[in-house]
Amino acid sequence: MKIIALTAHELLSLLRSRQISPKEVVIALSRRIEEVDPLVHAYLSYDLERALADASSADVSLPLGGLPISIKDVISVQGHPCGCASKILEGYLAPYDATVISRLRAAGAIPFGRLNMDEFAMGSSTENSAFGPSKNPWDSRRTPGGSSGGSAAAVAADEAFAALGSDTGGSIRQPAALCGCVGLKPTYGRVSRYGLVAFASSLDQIGPLTKDVEDAALLMDVIAGLDKNDSTSLPEPIPNFSADLRKGVKGLRIGLPKEYFIEGLDPEVEKAVRTAVEHLGGLGAELLEISLPHTEHALSTYYIIAPAEASANLARFDGVRYGYRAQGSDGLIDHYGRTREEGFGAEVKRRIILGTYVLSSGYYDAYYLRAQKVRSLIRKDFADAFEKVDVIACPTSPTPAFRLGERTNDPLSMYLADIFTLAANMAGICGISIPCGFANYEGKQLPVGLQILGKELDESTILQAGYAYEQSTEWHKAKPPFNPKTERI
Amino acid sequence: MSSTKLEVEYVAELARIKLTPEEISTFRSQLEIVLQHVERLNQVDVSHVEPMAHGFPIYNVFRNDEPREGLDRETALENAPRRAQGLFMVTKVVE
Repeated sequence: MKIIALTAHELLSLLRSRQISPKEVVIALSRRIEEVDPLVHAYLSYDLERALADASSADVSLPLGGLPISIKDVISVQGHPCGCASKILEGYLAPYDATVISRLRAAGAIPFGRLNMDEFAMGSSTENSAFGPSKNPWDSRRTPGGSSGGSAAAVAADEAFAALGSDTGGSIRQPAALCGCVGLKPTYGRVSRYGLVAFASSLDQIGPLTKDVEDAALLMDVIAGLDKNDSTSLPEPIPNFSADLRKGVKGLRIGLPKEYFIEGLDPEVEKAVRTAVEHLGGLGAELLEISLPHTEHALSTYYIIAPAEASANLARFDGVRYGYRAQGSDGLIDHYGRTREEGFGAEVKRRIILGTYVLSSGYYDAYYLRAQKVRSLIRKDFADAFEKVDVIACPTSPTPAFRLGERTNDPLSMYLADIFTLAANMAGICGISIPCGFANYEGKQLPVGLQILGKELDESTILQAGYAYEQSTEWHKAKPPFNPKTERI
Repeated sequence: MSSTKLEVEYVAELARIKLTPEEISTFRSQLEIVLQHVERLNQVDVSHVEPMAHGFPIYNVFRNDEPREGLDRETALENAPRRAQGLFMVTKVVE
């Protein structure tokens, strides 16, 4: 039995029946990381001693008892680094647990390691990490996607049983698609963001990246719910996502938005996604063409709203209370300017500049206010569509994994990587990406993701659809063929 | 929306980020492309549309105004780059 290849639910049943101990699990995981992470670079750090201590006290009778869950470097775990893959937070140790972490702990899980990401979650490839990019386990010349690229790469390379990421415009779903794992962005407000370093507060959500849909439901059962420390978390009842998984798709109305099957969509991605949708049709779902007329404006709207909010959120990095501080500054303004110049990377600076500009006097109405209005129209598109259908199916990403360095000098082409995911954040609805096939590039098989979008608070239905698909296909079981011993960076 | 030249230097000053001359010129050309793309929003008729501030329509969440434990002073200061006498040390602001 290869421990590291197990899904979380498979591992939990072995832990529960005491066929394996939490300590053995942590040791197997750390050996795997030592073996493959020099190639993948999914982890920024991990604390083996602390994980072993957590393992020795883990209660395996709890829902996630003894399960290590790897954490994106943007979520606070008390006493561990929380650096957002940025130089400006180098050395920072989180003084408290995020609510998702306290919930995981209460369920018996072991928060493990710090996963690489684009700096402050700004990017689609992990190339904006101040500590170097992660590599796609399916082809190490390619990016794992981003910003939760470390989370997706770790799960795909079997160096994490499951991971938490954050999704502001696709940062969970897009890397999940590019690495061939499952990624769920819950409804805005479904999961508490207390302890998540804020990027764009009207869009950010925490969610799971996992080896299969069952594991995603398992994590959602634990992390979802109202939290008094996050006033945007919703006072809504939480269904039992795991118990509801097996309801099937018979009679489920699936909408195919015509605006998502457009020029620029990779033909092999399109073929895999269409085949997947037909497969769901074969399982008894009803397929309907729908329209989301404001789709073409989603990208522009996003790139006003997200940088505007980021420019305000990142004002807290002033080199006074925590984080990096420039040496020998000449007065307060110079101190701020140099601390932020030296501490932030290029993309973060670019977005702060853009966000500050669209909020600045004389431009606010023309950019920010107009974008907020178009956002209302995008939300209405989805509300209208969900009158006719139960879920929406489309590609997660227009292309499979792209090459490292291919888009780093062209921000707009990088931004286009999220063109199919960011509308869900703006509308506040939930979405999941599941593996649905491969595209062949340069002799390598590159995973393709099927995105299923659901109504607000309707994670149950997208999980059910994903589960029904997964149970009748094999894509999620495919493992990247890489050999860390022969492949070198 | 106007196509006014993006004054990167001025905006960087507002954002309290010093930039090198190279960064200023790279950001200007890159962000002008992004802003050109964004100009397309002018085509959308928003005359009768209410702006939307965030993803779910909930407003004004209140709790009882009761004191509760926060971070203690030592914990709050742990990450400070400079501290003295139980306080954050800041750069001098008055002459």
